[in-house]
Amino acid sequence: MLEIKNLHARIAEDGTEIIRGLNLTVKAGEVAAIMGPNGSGKSTLSYILSGREDYEVTEGEILYNGESILDLDPAERASKGIFLAFQYPVEIPGVATMQFLKVAMNEQRKARGEPELTTPDFIRRVKEAAAELKINPDMLKRPLNVGFSGGEKKRAEILQMALLEPKLCVLDETDSGLDIDALKIVADGVNALRSPDRAVIVITHYQRLLDYIVPDTVHVLYKGQIIRTGDKSLALDLEANGYADIIGEAA
Amino acid sequence: MNMQTTSRQTAAESALIEAFGAQVGELPGNGAVISARDRLVQDLKLNGLPTRRVEAWHYTDLKTLIRNIPAAEPVAVIAAPAVLVDGAPVIVTNQGIADDKVSVDGVLVASFATMLAEGTAAPGLSIIDRDDTIGKINGAFVRDGFVLEFPAGSVIDQPIEIQALHGAGQVHTRFPVSFGAGSKATVIERHMSVSQGEAFVSSVTDISLEDGADVTWIVLQQQGVSDTHLGQMRVRIGSNAKLRLYVINAGGRLVRQELRIDVAGEGSDLQIRGVNLLGGDTHTDVTLVLGHNVPNTTSTEIFRNVVFDRARGVFQGMIKVALDAQKTDARMACNTLLMSDEAEFSAKPELEIFADDVQCGHGATVADIDANHLYYLMARGVPRNKARAMLVNAFVAEIVEELEDEALVDALEAIISSWLEKHA
Ligand SMILES: Nc1ncnc2c1ncn2[C@@H]1O[C@H](COP(=O)(O)OP(=O)(O)OP(=O)(O)O)[C@@H](O)[C@H]1O
Ligand SMILES: [Mg+2]
Repeated sequence: MLEIKNLHARIAEDGTEIIRGLNLTVKAGEVAAIMGPNGSGKSTLSYILSGREDYEVTEGEILYNGESILDLDPAERASKGIFLAFQYPVEIPGVATMQFLKVAMNEQRKARGEPELTTPDFIRRVKEAAAELKINPDMLKRPLNVGFSGGEKKRAEILQMALLEPKLCVLDETDSGLDIDALKIVADGVNALRSPDRAVIVITHYQRLLDYIVPDTVHVLYKGQIIRTGDKSLALDLEANGYADIIGEAA
Repeated sequence: MNMQTTSRQTAAESALIEAFGAQVGELPGNGAVISARDRLVQDLKLNGLPTRRVEAWHYTDLKTLIRNIPAAEPVAVIAAPAVLVDGAPVIVTNQGIADDKVSVDGVLVASFATMLAEGTAAPGLSIIDRDDTIGKINGAFVRDGFVLEFPAGSVIDQPIEIQALHGAGQVHTRFPVSFGAGSKATVIERHMSVSQGEAFVSSVTDISLEDGADVTWIVLQQQGVSDTHLGQMRVRIGSNAKLRLYVINAGGRLVRQELRIDVAGEGSDLQIRGVNLLGGDTHTDVTLVLGHNVPNTTSTEIFRNVVFDRARGVFQGMIKVALDAQKTDARMACNTLLMSDEAEFSAKPELEIFADDVQCGHGATVADIDANHLYYLMARGVPRNKARAMLVNAFVAEIVEELEDEALVDALEAIISSWLEKHA
């Protein structure tokens, strides 16, 4: 589903290279975990997958279902089914959450040539998904993410994911800031989306999330490269021993 | 050296003077009104339209910006737009002529033409100061409009919509309105072109709020792409009265909207909110002269401007606090989103404070859409243009959302979004 080949990318503004020859393959149906020390480039990789324009790809390829997505803008990628749950969702005053959800869902449907949702259908979907994620409906009356607590923001991201039904889900530290109960609810939400035609990339620092969302593969990202790939036991290994050995071997 | 003693009239100035000559025979008014009109035209003939050398018109050089005056056109049958709030009372002027069959429950409504014919309109045809070009043009040419009187203590729940509609031609209306003590009402003054072709429009609204009146007044300007709109609000606010004044500009080629406000009663509160949606090759000027003239009054003024294409916007905001107007609290803000490299906005906030115990402030900012916000919306599949429109919309919707009447908020937001969809 996703093939990243020898990817090099830098910050557009000052030319600093962050991703330095990264290779990663994620198959349909797979849950891949990406771990790695702070500042190694995990969020940057997720931004680049989503098409954020602050970064420039200088070399390499990103193939999604066999096709390059490098020329697509974030909206085009989203409507092809790529979704990024942000590590730090932004607050947008003046944009009503419900209106935003409706526009996002319908624009994606339009881009795929599907009929738009009727208002009752839309409201029903939001209510159901919000209930599953134990989101207080009053929260959805507020402007987008404005005044949401850290945990509420993360839940709102998963709500969007559930509603948009993406094919490639990238979760950037969705577990941070969540209490134990919320972690379980969010993990259930992600597991409910697991299916043979869908892939999930979970970026996390902690084994705890991976106890709930059990990964098929685990990748260690360090200084802009994947330096080790393994199965779920690799995460346990990292939890026990830290990154020092792996980094030492890669150097 | 050859000294030029008389400045040459521009084509538009000559056309204006000629138009008066052609129309004067049929303009309504008794002797007092006719001589008032004559004086105003003489003034226009002598002084011409203002140029940038006149400070009040520095950013809007009417002499060069008004290129011609379209020929006067007769009243034609037109299709009125849907009323903003379903079921609300609506009163219409067509091509500047008041529909004489209108009535609004609980409000005294008369045509301004009657006031002109009887001469009671004559004193109001005076100008505010020598640079009051809108007062001059309107006073000379005004044909009709509505006189509204809200009896003391009356409460009108539904917003009253004045639709000032027209096609191509010349349109000059006036709306004297008095809100009796303790009355409460919302009025929408909606100027709208309903057909193609160039129109030259002037309109003066003269409102007074008696003690304790609580009024929301919305000026919604939706003129056509080739229209000139010269609007003026004269406002007097009495003791403990409350006025929320909204000015929404969403049309016109050359627009000047003046707000001349006299905060004249203690304990009164004024909230001015402005939304300027500017696009194409247009020029829009909002000029506020606000006098806090008695102690213990408050006001806030917030303007949000969005400028596309080669449009130019101007905001002049003068707050004057009189010597004995102690404890005045006045705050003014003017925030602009420039949506293209050629878009322009000039903001000139000014304070003139003679009292020593006051709180006054002003700020003007020019910003662009937040790139992080844009990215977030796009990452959810909202196409770039739509995402930009949502963010611009958010920037101005915040202002409109302060209104209490939800149906009215929805209607105004719909107008704003459809304007933005056309221009983004
Ligand atoms: N727009 C930017 N401007 C400046 N520096 C940046 C920018 N984007 C990323 N970086 C830098 O690139 C490096 C990688 O950052 P990134 O956020 O991808 O790390 P991360 O692996 O997600 O870290 P963490 O685990 O702390 O979330 C960091 O050193 C960061 O400071
Ligand atoms: Mg990160």
